[in-house]
Amino acid sequence: MDSVSTPPVTQQSSLRKASQRFFKSISARIGLILTVLIIVLALLAPILRPYDPATARDFAARLQPPGAVHLLGTDGLGRDMLTLIWYGTRISLLVSVLSVGLGLITGTLMGLVAGYFRGWWETIIGWFTDILLAFPSILLAIAIASIDLNFPPLFTAVFNPDLLNVMIAVGIVQVPIFTRLTRSMVLSLREQGFVQTVRAFGAKPGRIIFLHILPSSLAPLVVQATLSIGTATLEAAGLGFLGLGAKPPTPELGTMLSDSFNNGYALSKSWTILFPGLMITLIVLAFNLLGDGLRDSLDPRSNR
Amino acid sequence: MLRYIAKRLLDLLPVILGITILVFLFLKLIPGNPAIVLLGPRATPDQIASLSKQLGLDQPLPLQYLAFISKLVRFDLGKSIISGIPIWQEIKTRFPATIELSVAAMLISMVLGIPAGIIAAVKKNGWVDNIAMSTSLLGVSMPVYWLGLLLIYLFAVNLHWLPPSGRLGINVDLQPITGFYILDSILTLNFRALGDVLAHLILPALTVGTIPLAILARITRSAMLEVLSQDYIRTARAKGLLERWVIMKHALKNALLPVVTIIGLQFGTLLSGAILTETIFSWPGIGSWIYNGILTRDYPVVQGGVVFVAIVFVLINLLVDISYAFLDPRIQYK
Repeated sequence: MDSVSTPPVTQQSSLRKASQRFFKSISARIGLILTVLIIVLALLAPILRPYDPATARDFAARLQPPGAVHLLGTDGLGRDMLTLIWYGTRISLLVSVLSVGLGLITGTLMGLVAGYFRGWWETIIGWFTDILLAFPSILLAIAIASIDLNFPPLFTAVFNPDLLNVMIAVGIVQVPIFTRLTRSMVLSLREQGFVQTVRAFGAKPGRIIFLHILPSSLAPLVVQATLSIGTATLEAAGLGFLGLGAKPPTPELGTMLSDSFNNGYALSKSWTILFPGLMITLIVLAFNLLGDGLRDSLDPRSNR
Repeated sequence: MLRYIAKRLLDLLPVILGITILVFLFLKLIPGNPAIVLLGPRATPDQIASLSKQLGLDQPLPLQYLAFISKLVRFDLGKSIISGIPIWQEIKTRFPATIELSVAAMLISMVLGIPAGIIAAVKKNGWVDNIAMSTSLLGVSMPVYWLGLLLIYLFAVNLHWLPPSGRLGINVDLQPITGFYILDSILTLNFRALGDVLAHLILPALTVGTIPLAILARITRSAMLEVLSQDYIRTARAKGLLERWVIMKHALKNALLPVVTIIGLQFGTLLSGAILTETIFSWPGIGSWIYNGILTRDYPVVQGGVVFVAIVFVLINLLVDISYAFLDPRIQYK
């Protein structure tokens, strides 16, 4: 029988092996560099801003094509597209990271409870998960986003209430994914020697779940969370495009697309849709590459 | 086998019940009293109160839910508040449009995705593999409605090769029989309409098919790689069989199982209406209809549409499960 917890030496060497595998893959490295670059740029937006996206409007320079003054052109209000996309990236990242956080925490807790306690917990959580998964994800997000939630002023002081709605909608859509993933891992872990040993020593369920089972399930959760940030970015932009996200003049990438589409210049002034869409693709691509790289390095069996 | 199917159907009942409860509650939480929407902004409080009573909105929630369910099982989904058209009738005219688009999209994704996956697996790490996998990663990373806009920009606005939106040109006549325009134009031997219908279908089908295409290519590749590493493939090769024969006959047949599953699941997703793509292309299907229902606070449309879509989605997933049990004799029907 193995000792109570995995010896730190093997853990460290397996982590080193994983990071060696990660850095050997070109696509994983590209993903990591892109992700870091996007995050740093998003964080720096208010410090390095060339123009203020909400107020710097120049009606005389509406819908200018890309040029020397405005590298990516201007939008229908005469705002600089580069600045808008820069801020939009910041907003998209904020929304997707926070919504995945919401989905990750809620879903993981539900999965831990369902997998560890089984019985009625598992039946009810399983039922709830099945129902959420019965809806196509964008439909579920639309349904949740169209509910008018009343947030306490503490929240609305920090976030735009429209964005809060989107975060919650996209977050709830992510919940069943994490619930299923966690539950399946708990089901196999709870029967393993090290868990049964600590249980035999009289450890309480909370201690077993959070100190022994959860740490052993972290790797797949991290991989899924990374990939989910990509999906969440797409879903949040989709909601913005449907008019359920941030309202103009908030520069959100999906809203920028719908702004151009609904005002009828998406097809004649193509730069107003080309660049925001490209940025969404770049963000999603970065997290997908990173997530794939993490999965291949943390779970070598899936490496093909 | 029959018992297995019956059991799976019984398992579905609580899920379908949950779907109806959830949809019902969502609509109660959406702001805006439907009586006010129906009467317009100049309605008096008396009018609103009497219409609310007429619609049953003054009843306690559980009773409203029971009324909703008892109508649902009789396929009575009510009428649209805005247009007055019965929901069930609207579903019957719109669902064929969504099915036609989904089938076309699935065909495109299968014809391109499965061969791409096979070649990528056989020539692992070769240039076909690298291009196919990079493209498919790009495909799942793009907002598809954005791709749709770019396709419209390129092929409709600039090159004038294809129409930008709709299902049929305004100057083309087509006698609707089944609601499937391709079928209708063939049945009536109306080849002018057939050409027009196909031209309208290409761009939205390409757009909707992008994600299934990307996923199919990846799944086919990994399933093929899994199978190609098995002993019986080595045996087949050792027997001196032609490599093409080994791949097509021995490997592909066994790799198809996960591929079929993905085809089914993706088809279920598509049938539930590509809301964003249908909106971009003004495609008169289920997705664009539900979206309009949400925008105009048309309760019965959203309620009926979403319940319908979710049930279709669940049933297709059930069919996939059952076909899986058929295809893989190792699965026990318990």
